[in-house]
Amino acid sequence: MTSLATLNLALRALQRNKMRSILTMLGIVIGVGAVVAMVGIGNGAKSQVEAQIATLGQNVILIFPSSYSSGGVQSGIGGAGTLKLEDAKAIEAEVPDVVAVSPGTRVSSQLNYGNQNWSTSVIGEAPEYFEIRQWEIVDGAGFSEQEVRSAAKVAVIGATVARQLFGEEDPLGQIMRVKHVPFQVIGVLKPKGTSVMGSDQDDVVIVPYTTVMKRLSGTTNLRMISVQCTGEDRMAAVVDGITELLRQRHRLSGDRENDFMVRSQQEIAEMATATSKVLTLLLGAIASVSLIVGGIGIMNIMLVSVTERTREIGIRIALGAHGTDIMRQFLIEAVTLSSLGGTLGILLGLATSTLLSRFAGWPTLTSVNAIVIAFLFSAAVGVFFGLYPAKKAAALDPIDALRYE
Amino acid sequence: MASVIQLDHIWKTYRTEDVELHAVRDVSLQIAKGEFVAIMGSSGSGKSTMMNIIGCLDRPSKGTYQLDGIDVSTLDRDGLADIRNQKIGFVFQGFNLLTRTSAVENVELPMMYSRTTIPSRDMRRRALKALDMVGLSQRADHHPNQLSGGQQQRVAIARALVNEPALLLADEPTGNLDTRTSIEIMEVFQTLNDQGITIIMVTHEHDIAQYNKRCLVMRDGVVRSDTPVVDRSSAKAQREALEVHAAGGGPKA
Repeated sequence: MTSLATLNLALRALQRNKMRSILTMLGIVIGVGAVVAMVGIGNGAKSQVEAQIATLGQNVILIFPSSYSSGGVQSGIGGAGTLKLEDAKAIEAEVPDVVAVSPGTRVSSQLNYGNQNWSTSVIGEAPEYFEIRQWEIVDGAGFSEQEVRSAAKVAVIGATVARQLFGEEDPLGQIMRVKHVPFQVIGVLKPKGTSVMGSDQDDVVIVPYTTVMKRLSGTTNLRMISVQCTGEDRMAAVVDGITELLRQRHRLSGDRENDFMVRSQQEIAEMATATSKVLTLLLGAIASVSLIVGGIGIMNIMLVSVTERTREIGIRIALGAHGTDIMRQFLIEAVTLSSLGGTLGILLGLATSTLLSRFAGWPTLTSVNAIVIAFLFSAAVGVFFGLYPAKKAAALDPIDALRYE
Repeated sequence: MASVIQLDHIWKTYRTEDVELHAVRDVSLQIAKGEFVAIMGSSGSGKSTMMNIIGCLDRPSKGTYQLDGIDVSTLDRDGLADIRNQKIGFVFQGFNLLTRTSAVENVELPMMYSRTTIPSRDMRRRALKALDMVGLSQRADHHPNQLSGGQQQRVAIARALVNEPALLLADEPTGNLDTRTSIEIMEVFQTLNDQGITIIMVTHEHDIAQYNKRCLVMRDGVVRSDTPVVDRSSAKAQREALEVHAAGGGPKA
C-alpha cells in the first residue's frame, strides 16, 4: 500500500471518531502549547539579560579586590583594599593583548546645583573607560590624559543625573558641587538603562580617577580595574596573564588564595544567564510532562481502536496485507493525531506568549528552533506511543480476528 | 487438467497442555482447474480447519500443499499473505466488508495490498469491471449499510475476483441469506464456474451442495466421501421459476 493511501486511510479513520480524535489531540495540544510558551518566556528572560550584559562593553575583563579574611573574620568584597593603582599600570605595561586599562575608584556623594541636590555614586576612571564600556558621550566630551594628571575638577554625567539635577537646563559647562568641591560638567552620557543587577546605570558621575583619590576620598585603593583586550579569543589568555601578574605583585605563593577576582565578560554573562537557563529548563521540563501524558492518551485510544477494528484488521490480513502494512496504518494514524495536535499546540503556544508579552509585559522570545523541536517531538511522541498498539494490531492472527465479534 | 490444489498427507494437530487434537488427519486431495467443490460436514468435522489450510490462513502441521503449482506449506507469514492476495479470493459467511467504505473501495482493497503498485486509475477500472461481473456496477458508490445482504455478498464476490485468483474460496456464503437470495448468490457462483473459475465452498446445507459439481464430506478430520453431485441444481432455472411464481403465472401450490 502506498504511503499516500495509508495517510488517506488514517485521516478517514480519525474523521470517523471526530470527538474522540479531538479529545485525544487535546493532550498533545496543551503539552506542546505549554512547551512553546514556557520556552518563549525563558528565552525572553535570557535575551533581556544578554542585552544588559552587552552594555558592559566589548571584550571586557573586570578585576575586583576580593574579600579578605583575617583570623576567621571575612570582610566584604573589596574590603581588603588589595588593588592599587600600580597594579593597573603593571597590567597595561606587562600583559600582552591588552588594549586599554582603566583604574576605577568610587565614592558616594551628594551633588548640588543651584537649589537642587541628588545623591549618587561618583566614580573615578581613566579616559579609556568610555571606550572600554562603549559608552558614547552624546553631548560635550570626555576628559583627557592631561586632566587626569592634573586631577582636574571636570565631570561627565549620566542621563539620570542630568535630568534630576539640571531638569530642562543644559548641563554642559555648568558648575555643580560634589562634596562642596565645584566641578564643571563637560559631557553627558548616552543612556544605558538597567544593569544586570537591576541598578540604574545612568545614575552616575564620572570624573578622572586622580580627582577622586586626591580631592574626594583620599584613598588610593581601587574598587575595580576595567581591562579591554584585543579579541574574544584572547580573553582566557589575558585573564590568566592578569592572574599570574597580580599573584606575583601581591606576593601570593604556592596555594594561597587570590586576594582579587578576575572576571571576563563571558563569565559574568554566564553567571547572569545561569538563572534564566535553569528557569527555561525547569519550565520546559514541567511542560514536557504534559506532553508525555498526552502521549499516553494517544496510546490508550489507539489500543481501543485496535480492539474495535479487530475484524477490519482480520479482513485486511486475509486479503493479503503484511504485518508491516497493518503496523504502518496504525502508526501513521497515531503520528497524524500527535503531529496535528503538535501543530495546533504550536499555534496555542505562540498565541499564549504573544498575549503574555502584550498584556502582562513579560519579555517573550519564540525561536524557530523551539517550534521545530516541539513539532518533531510531538511526532516522536506519536511514534513512541503508537508503536505498541500498532505492533499489537500487526501480530493479530487472521483466523481469530475474522471470528472476532 | 492441471491441479489447482494438491494436498498430500495433510495433518493439522492442536496441542492443548497434554492432549493432542487432530483436526485434520492424513488428508490427500486434488482439485483440478474449473471444478466446483462443496466441503460438507458437521461442526468439529475439520472442515473449517481444511478451509483455513486451503485458504493459506493456516499452515498444516505435516504434509505438503501445492496451490497452483507453488508449494505453500513452507512459506512464512508474509509469503502466505502474498499467496492469499494473488491466488485466492475469499467469500465469507458474514460478508466481511469494510463498513463506511463504498462498494467499489471494498473491491479495490486486495489491489491495495498487491506487491506491485497498481495505478489508482487501473484499480478503479478493474474494481468496476468486477462489480459488473456480479451485476452491481450501478451501486459502486453505495456503502455496505445501504445494500441488502445479497448485494453485500455480491460485493464480496467482486472483491474476491478482482485480483483474478486461481481459486475462489467461499465459507458458508449463503449462511446469512434467505432462500431466495441464496439462490441468486449460487447463480452468481455457477455463472462464474461456467466461465472456468475454480470454486471451493464450505457448507453444511445439502441444498446448497446440490449446486456444486463435486461434494466432499468430512468427519473426524478425514474425508469420508468424495462423490460427484448427481441431479445438479441450476440456480438460474430455480430463480426463473420463482419469478414466474411470484408474478402469479405459475400453478398454485
